[in-house]
Amino acid sequence: MKPSSEAGSRPRTIVEKIWDSHVVTQQPGAPALLYIDLHLSHEVTSPQAFAMLRERGLKVRRPDLTIATMDHSTPTYSLDLPVLDPVGRAQLDAMEKNCKDFGVRLYNRHSDHQGIVHVIGPEQGLTQPGMTLVCGDSHTATHGAFGALAFGIGTSQVGHVLATQCLLQTPSKTYAIRVEGTLKRGVSAKDIILAVIAQIGIGGGTGCVFEYLGSTIRGLSMEERMTICNMSIEGGARAGLVAPDDTTYQYLNGREFAPKGAVWDAALERWKTLPSDEGAEYAKELTLDANTLEPMVTFGTNPGMGIPISGRIPDPASVSNPLEKSDLTKALKYMDLEPGKPLQGHPVNVVFVGSCTNSRISDLRAAASVIKGRKVNPKVRMLVVPGSQQVKHQAEAEGLDKIFREAGADFREAGCSMCLAMNGDQLEPGEYSVSTSNRNFEGRQGKGGRTFLASPLTAAASAITGVVTDVRSLM
Amino acid sequence: MKFETLTSKIVVVPVDNIDTDQIIPARYLKAISKEGLGEGLFVDWRKNPDGSLNPDFPLNKAEAKGAQILVAGDNFGCGSSREHAPWALVQNGFRAVVSTSFADIFKGNALKNGLLPVIVPPDVHKQLLASSGKTVTIDLAAQTLTLEGGQPVQFPIDGFAKRCLLDGVDELGYMLNQEAAIAAYEAKRVGSINTLQ
Repeated sequence: MKPSSEAGSRPRTIVEKIWDSHVVTQQPGAPALLYIDLHLSHEVTSPQAFAMLRERGLKVRRPDLTIATMDHSTPTYSLDLPVLDPVGRAQLDAMEKNCKDFGVRLYNRHSDHQGIVHVIGPEQGLTQPGMTLVCGDSHTATHGAFGALAFGIGTSQVGHVLATQCLLQTPSKTYAIRVEGTLKRGVSAKDIILAVIAQIGIGGGTGCVFEYLGSTIRGLSMEERMTICNMSIEGGARAGLVAPDDTTYQYLNGREFAPKGAVWDAALERWKTLPSDEGAEYAKELTLDANTLEPMVTFGTNPGMGIPISGRIPDPASVSNPLEKSDLTKALKYMDLEPGKPLQGHPVNVVFVGSCTNSRISDLRAAASVIKGRKVNPKVRMLVVPGSQQVKHQAEAEGLDKIFREAGADFREAGCSMCLAMNGDQLEPGEYSVSTSNRNFEGRQGKGGRTFLASPLTAAASAITGVVTDVRSLM
Repeated sequence: MKFETLTSKIVVVPVDNIDTDQIIPARYLKAISKEGLGEGLFVDWRKNPDGSLNPDFPLNKAEAKGAQILVAGDNFGCGSSREHAPWALVQNGFRAVVSTSFADIFKGNALKNGLLPVIVPPDVHKQLLASSGKTVTIDLAAQTLTLEGGQPVQFPIDGFAKRCLLDGVDELGYMLNQEAAIAAYEAKRVGSINTLQ
């Protein structure tokens, strides 16, 4: 997000172009006032922001540029049941009241547009190239797949956007992540981003926005690009994006909130000027060879602790930095894993297919392709949670729900669910999950729970065998 | 919350990459106000599975009582955007966190709540990690951190954030005063802002 005082006079990255076109004003000694094109909201990080508006007697400045849904505290059991957790119910009720009082459009639990905020934005055509887009949620980076500058904010900033449609921002650097080559069978977008994070570490992108480039990225579908951009924050970057191309435009065209007719034509002209200029400068660069990638799986308590499925758990004895050594020791103790051993074959109690990383229709299709005609191991509880009501309906239309249910998996209503265990879907202490979500922090999926992050293919394969499994052995 | 100078003993949690799920687990995020979030601070590290206090966790030790400065490992505050993390720290009396680096979103959230993120070089950090219970003085105007008996060390901070903390500038008030510029910007972009109506 480097400001360019002389826009047009030197080659710029897409990040700089979006930044330049959204600076409202830049006062001396202050950060830029950046205009926000779209604000997405959910029940967890907004109540204190609405309370602040009430305290100060402020209105929502542009209710037509905020859209709200319910996902985090939202139960995934039958919609016919009321919300049983009184605390969660109070939060959902507060969201209803806040949206009604301030005139914000809300897709509540019973709306057919409801879903994880980062799934519904793209699927409804809300997310568009060249936008600035924010949400009180760190996985807002997901929307970068469309060539939008999309990042997570705290609740104070949610209040700022509601009141002014702007944020005070200082520029970030652009970090080029190039992925070249062809993915092997059984290797997916999730494995690309887990491999990137394993390489640069979870603080590797601090202060940066990732721009994903290269032939592999160009060949990915929009949903695969979303999976990659989604986990930019796990690499330390607040945002990550892919320049728009025909894949982007084809995905968007005809969606509910996408521009139509002459407005579409004008938008398309603007979007085509977004890709980074030849010769644009990047603060950092990394190149990854897709040809050599294997399915990835994490063994530890942060997303950077990942290994190829055929790899072995690292040994703290081989680490020299004392804090790194103690962190790895602490992680292996929490996970109850032995250094030097393979992770493949490790018993699994729960398999979770869902989250803003991997709950779209292509993710469900991938998992179902492995499950079809097989049974979930009797020792495993498998939960499939679609990212939105629309994804759920599509899955049902394709008969994927039947495939999952007949195999013994639970197919649920839409929401964040076991990704962060706020809604009652959670691991019991000591349990191991293979999860398609984005974080394996201690207790993330339930107090004392242990998470192996992986792709939907790897998750589905592990559900069948009951142990961490290389999906290629079942293909 | 204003911030000028602070002298306090330090409490050290010598762990890298402390994520916001450790600072305050998601189950505490169902609150619709800020009240009572302090109880969730590091709760799964502070307490044993049976609910008793873990005597080995640094915040539970007698020497930690009253400490307003937390010293932690690299990349503090990584993970989610929850502002509940700085709220929980502030509700436990903390006014500064010292590390070698901070996650971007956490750093921004902390500054908006009068919680100062202080970045120090690795050698100073190493010394602080070994100084639990000792007294440190932070002078925001001079941008220095001084360990008792030691020399002042400079730390970086964004100029605007510094001014907001020193003078108690209301950031939103500052933004609301730019209304004319915001309206002019919107007028220029009619047609390219995609409204939902």
